[in-house]
Amino acid sequence: MSTTTTEALSATTLLRFATAGSVDDGKSTLVGRLLHDSKSVLADQLEAVERASASRGQDGPDLALLTDGLRAEREQGITIDVAYRYFATPRRRFILADTPGHVQYTRNMVTGASTAELTVILVDARNGVVEQTRRHAAIAALLRVPHVVLAVNKMDLVGYQEGVFAAIAEEFTAYALELGVPEVTAIPISALAGDNVVEPSANMDWYGGPTVLEHLETVPVSHDLAHCHARLPVQYVIRPQTAEHPDYRGYAGQIAAGTFRVGEEVTVLPSGRTTRISGIDLLGVPVDVAWTTQSVTVLLEDDIDVSRGDLIVPTKDAPPTTQDVEATVCHVADAPLTVGHRVLLKHGTRTVKAIVKDIPSRLTLDDLSLHPHPGQLVANDIGRVKIRTAEPLPVDSYADSRRTGSFILIDPSDGTTLTAGMVGESFATPEPVKDAADDDGWDF
Amino acid sequence: MTTVTEVEEGTESPYALSHLDALESEAVHIFREVAGEFENPVILFSGGKDSIVMLHLALKAFAPAPVPFSLLHVDTGHNFPEVLEYRDRTVARHGLRLHVASVQDYIDRGVLKERPDGTRNPLQTLPLTEKIQSEKFDAVFGGGRRDEEKARAKERVFSLRDEFSQWDPRRQRPELWNLYNGRHAPGEHVRVFPLSNWTELDVWQYIAREGIELPQIYFAHEREVFRRGGMWLTAGEWGGPKEGETVEKRLVRYRTVGDMSCTGAVDSDATTLDAVIAEIAASRLTERGATRADDKLSEAAMEDRKREGYF
Repeated sequence: MSTTTTEALSATTLLRFATAGSVDDGKSTLVGRLLHDSKSVLADQLEAVERASASRGQDGPDLALLTDGLRAEREQGITIDVAYRYFATPRRRFILADTPGHVQYTRNMVTGASTAELTVILVDARNGVVEQTRRHAAIAALLRVPHVVLAVNKMDLVGYQEGVFAAIAEEFTAYALELGVPEVTAIPISALAGDNVVEPSANMDWYGGPTVLEHLETVPVSHDLAHCHARLPVQYVIRPQTAEHPDYRGYAGQIAAGTFRVGEEVTVLPSGRTTRISGIDLLGVPVDVAWTTQSVTVLLEDDIDVSRGDLIVPTKDAPPTTQDVEATVCHVADAPLTVGHRVLLKHGTRTVKAIVKDIPSRLTLDDLSLHPHPGQLVANDIGRVKIRTAEPLPVDSYADSRRTGSFILIDPSDGTTLTAGMVGESFATPEPVKDAADDDGWDF
Repeated sequence: MTTVTEVEEGTESPYALSHLDALESEAVHIFREVAGEFENPVILFSGGKDSIVMLHLALKAFAPAPVPFSLLHVDTGHNFPEVLEYRDRTVARHGLRLHVASVQDYIDRGVLKERPDGTRNPLQTLPLTEKIQSEKFDAVFGGGRRDEEKARAKERVFSLRDEFSQWDPRRQRPELWNLYNGRHAPGEHVRVFPLSNWTELDVWQYIAREGIELPQIYFAHEREVFRRGGMWLTAGEWGGPKEGETVEKRLVRYRTVGDMSCTGAVDSDATTLDAVIAEIAASRLTERGATRADDKLSEAAMEDRKREGYF
């Protein structure tokens, strides 16, 4: 990164994104190229990689060693777990969740995608859209990652032909839109040769779109909040009880969605009591308005009972509370999830007892077909579940709010994180499959 | 300090947070989750810049109430005097409670042996883990960042440790959305890393933005140093220089603060925050590559130490 002033650097925004690709699609090379060409790999890291590569008898530096951080990963030459990488350009800071591509690590892709605003899905230009590509697109759709990039890699091995790229891009985009992916940007690249990753390619003058990095730098990171349901899960009650602040009673939390204003009428769930916001502190500084994802402390006009686990919402836009949650889940633990399983459910800042009442279906990611009543979900399975909670919960649909529409299930006996849950309908609800031939004229 | 969020010109939504605001908000959320879910948390505080930023964030997270955590310093016995002075002044100013786990005590009692290379960094693990057990801390905040080292890049924000404080990277809980799972059995504890997603440059920019005071050794000053293992080490009673190593006076500063026996200084004329930030932005060496001897012991030195309970 070039040297710029403090002010210019701190005014940049942050983009969280995830990569997905099969084992030999060149994901490590792409990540290595992004880090290297944005000058985020420093001399001592490169030396360490060169040293390690040489001691393994390899000719050149193996950029995968930059990203595979664990002994077991280096021994086996594969990525086992999500790793987080950081790089920056003068325009933006990036947090990259580098996720393994292997089928058995689907849960790790779910982990990476849960916080990502963008997913880069890699395809080998020689192979086109394969089963694993469809699986990655399905997970991006399921997790509702707002932006999807299709990077058609190894264009150098297909003679940089526009036709090859256009066919893959069209097939993928049709499939992704069918799944409900809101936006696909397809980019022809060669991670190895550096075409269209950071620098525009001289080999593909037929392509007029952005490079991968340019797109990452310019994609919008937040949406119009005017139409979002405002939600504040109460994390902690701040009561100094000091001479200076004898009566201060603030409800601290990170705004999960939307905006809150001083004077606004709000309801506290699940109790349903109503009052007004009398003040908002943004980390010690009073403000009139605050929005997602700011961590704030809200003060209320009336002295009502509010505690950790409650949800503060605008009175005119309160979600229903329910003890029967229907959701699409990804099972992330080694032990299976079964009907009748007694679990803990963490939603926002609230953890409640729950029981798995039914598992109506399991999704086959390869063809998106539903397998009815599988009886259980094992590691990496995605399926529909019905859960009964011991207390009413104010849940949103995951389609409306990634934060208040998501939950995790926890094993009460040993604390294991069992399952990632997304409330409400999803693409997994059977819908008549559209004929892909209906759609043409994709805008690449 | 910002009251309104900076908005970048051009395409960004007016609601987009600046990267520092986003990182700050996330860290505060993590502090409040721990305060809400644990009985007896503690912040590891060395007087280094990362732990100073952690404490600053904790102060903001609970303002105007005091920080609901105590501090724990693992004292290697080879500390920089300026850093100890800073530590004590900070503890007093904020009315905090400080626990100290002393490596020197363990050596004096014969429980730990001085290593031939004089490095005390690996010796910190036992005093740290025994203190966690004896004080029954159930959440231990560390200033570790994922950008520091490739094993740390694999670390969760909430990282479960068994009763021996061990880290098993293959048995980590998946961490989804911002739903952190702090469940643990008696005797186990959770290491919590609120600065996971910060880089060295983020930490410095935040220090500049917030006007946070640091120990003076982070800024260029004249110091008596000698060369060992490609690094400038401070001469002192801890065991340097040895025969054949010559002391000279140089203009240096520190990028990290740790045990004097293994933390190197870098040549620098950066005497202000802006100069330090410019220097780091232009540097071709990572923080640890430039100044930490202990990480050079092997390709998996950090992973191995973390498995044993190191932070």
